[in-house]
Amino acid sequence: MQLVLEKRAERSNTIALISPLIAIGLTLVTMSILFAILGKNPISALGVYFIDPLTDSYSLQEIAVKATPLVMIAIGLSLCYLANAWNIGAEGQFLVGAVAGSWLAVKTQGTDAGPWVLPAMMLLAAIGGALYALIPAICKVRFGASEILTSLMLVYVADLLLDYLVRGPWRDPKGFNFPTTAEFDPVAAVPALIEGGRLHLGGVIALVVVAAVAVLLGKTIKGFEIRVVGAAPRAARFGGFNSNQLILLTFAISGALAGLAGIIEVAGPVGHLQPGISPGYGFTAIIVAFLGRLNPVGILIAGLFLALTFIGGEQAQIAMKIPLDVTKVFQGILLFYVLACDSLILYRFKLVFASPKVSSGAH
Amino acid sequence: MGLIEAIILAVLAASTPLLLAATGELVTERSGVLNLGVEGMMIVGAACGFGGAWLSGSVIIGALCGIVAGVLMSLIFALMTLGLAVNQVATGLALTILGIGLSGLIGSRFVGEKISLAPHLYIPGLTDIPLIGRILFGEDAFVYLSLALVAGVWFFLYKTRAGLILRAAGDNHASAHALGYSVLRIRMFAVMFGGACAGLAGAYLPLAYTPFFIPGMTAGRGWIALALVVFASWLPGRLVIGAYLFGAVTILQLHAQGWGVGIPSQLMSALPYLATVIVLVLISRARTGGSTAPAALGTVFVPDR
Repeated sequence: MQLVLEKRAERSNTIALISPLIAIGLTLVTMSILFAILGKNPISALGVYFIDPLTDSYSLQEIAVKATPLVMIAIGLSLCYLANAWNIGAEGQFLVGAVAGSWLAVKTQGTDAGPWVLPAMMLLAAIGGALYALIPAICKVRFGASEILTSLMLVYVADLLLDYLVRGPWRDPKGFNFPTTAEFDPVAAVPALIEGGRLHLGGVIALVVVAAVAVLLGKTIKGFEIRVVGAAPRAARFGGFNSNQLILLTFAISGALAGLAGIIEVAGPVGHLQPGISPGYGFTAIIVAFLGRLNPVGILIAGLFLALTFIGGEQAQIAMKIPLDVTKVFQGILLFYVLACDSLILYRFKLVFASPKVSSGAH
Repeated sequence: MGLIEAIILAVLAASTPLLLAATGELVTERSGVLNLGVEGMMIVGAACGFGGAWLSGSVIIGALCGIVAGVLMSLIFALMTLGLAVNQVATGLALTILGIGLSGLIGSRFVGEKISLAPHLYIPGLTDIPLIGRILFGEDAFVYLSLALVAGVWFFLYKTRAGLILRAAGDNHASAHALGYSVLRIRMFAVMFGGACAGLAGAYLPLAYTPFFIPGMTAGRGWIALALVVFASWLPGRLVIGAYLFGAVTILQLHAQGWGVGIPSQLMSALPYLATVIVLVLISRARTGGSTAPAALGTVFVPDR
């Protein structure tokens, strides 16, 4: 018996629409088996993971808060992936953005700086993230170095840079030697949308980003070029599109968005700069981008879903003592199924029972 | 034992996991498959290797567990990229994300436990030779194994018919297919070999480097191994040089931190990663005339029936 792929005459639009749902369904089945292996009741575990967080206002807000960085980063990554440029260092760009923005917050601490501080921090963060993302992009277009490896290496460097700053020059002198900056001043903090609630302005910014990129991709020449360069590089060359310039552009945009997400996380939910500000947002965002089919609206939905798994994972750890790593396993399995189901758009699977003559030898 | 001798021993130990993983990935890439999941296969190999050794009390069983875990991980990758023709870059990333989660899950019950490290070779007389004795005749078995593996891979790729076919599949899968070779089967074995090596490389860390398991203990070594394959221009011999250079950078920065040279320790810790970026740039730049990468590297192949 053998599994054989057969190319479809044209891509199946029905499957393109439902493949993420098939992937989620398969993931849930796999997770149930994993829960059973861990000795937990699969039904109640899935309930704690995916239903309970939707039933109270605090968790719902928390989902939106967690989805904010995921969506912003994934939107940027989707541009890169559409242009066939592999930025996998968004985690580093997120951290550098957080550092660049925090610099201003730390420098203006205790002064009577006005409300310009927060917008300026966001601008700095976006520039910082973009510049950091341009390093692998320039190495790629100028020297041909694999952007996959260089962008990933820079994640470790960014992590160490942040660690150095909060343990060294930026450490809160009144912080009992904890590696953290002092709590940001109110003018340097992202305001909450509802007084005392968890929702903050970052969620609105994420929605604006989604809309802006949807317009960029759907209505502008640049968006068209990005899609063509990735989907049909030869056609793009004939069309005279500059693919190097597009690599730089998409890396810069995705770095800026990751950096912006970084400062929003630090000046919003966290409130100060410290190590461990990201539970791997930059990597989870890769899954969000693919689950959302590299489409802005799809990414918004996928981001909310992945945020749900973070919250559900925390609740499952508290309520059922399910290890937090299960969330990462879940995310990895989900990405596998998403990619496998995407294959269905272009190919038809066929089980061949007799051994096919071609694949086994001369013909 | 002199300081120089100690440093060289430490460099060899730090280089070995890089060399093991990079050797496996080199074979995988020579067959035309880019498996970016080395880090994921390594970390699962580390967790399973430690678990196997801790439960059985045997380093060899631990190493075997690491290898099996690496192969199983690589089979997921093979099923996806060869069986279902999924993009190799995305699948490799998924494998790493899954591996980090799985290793945490598997390894959580072993955190805080300790095992005794793999014994070092001791040949009376030879090992006692001053300066070179311990370096040449006093390593753990993995160090010798990794060098034998590189030699074996070189022999396989350049001196055997099977190696020639594997390279053909990596350079032009359509031609290899037309000649009647099963490209997918060749690639599957190459991917599995890469998985076995990555699993063993991961297992090396808790079995011979530090006697315990920490989540995330591979710390990017899988990615550095990928960079090493580029550095080596896909040639096995150069892997040894590259791996030992990187091992040297790792160990020297540790010693420099110890000497307190007044440079922030974080900058020193960042050196291996920065070195990787710089090396990638220099190597890629030197190669503007034409790439030495396998021509079909990273491309999907679906046999036309």
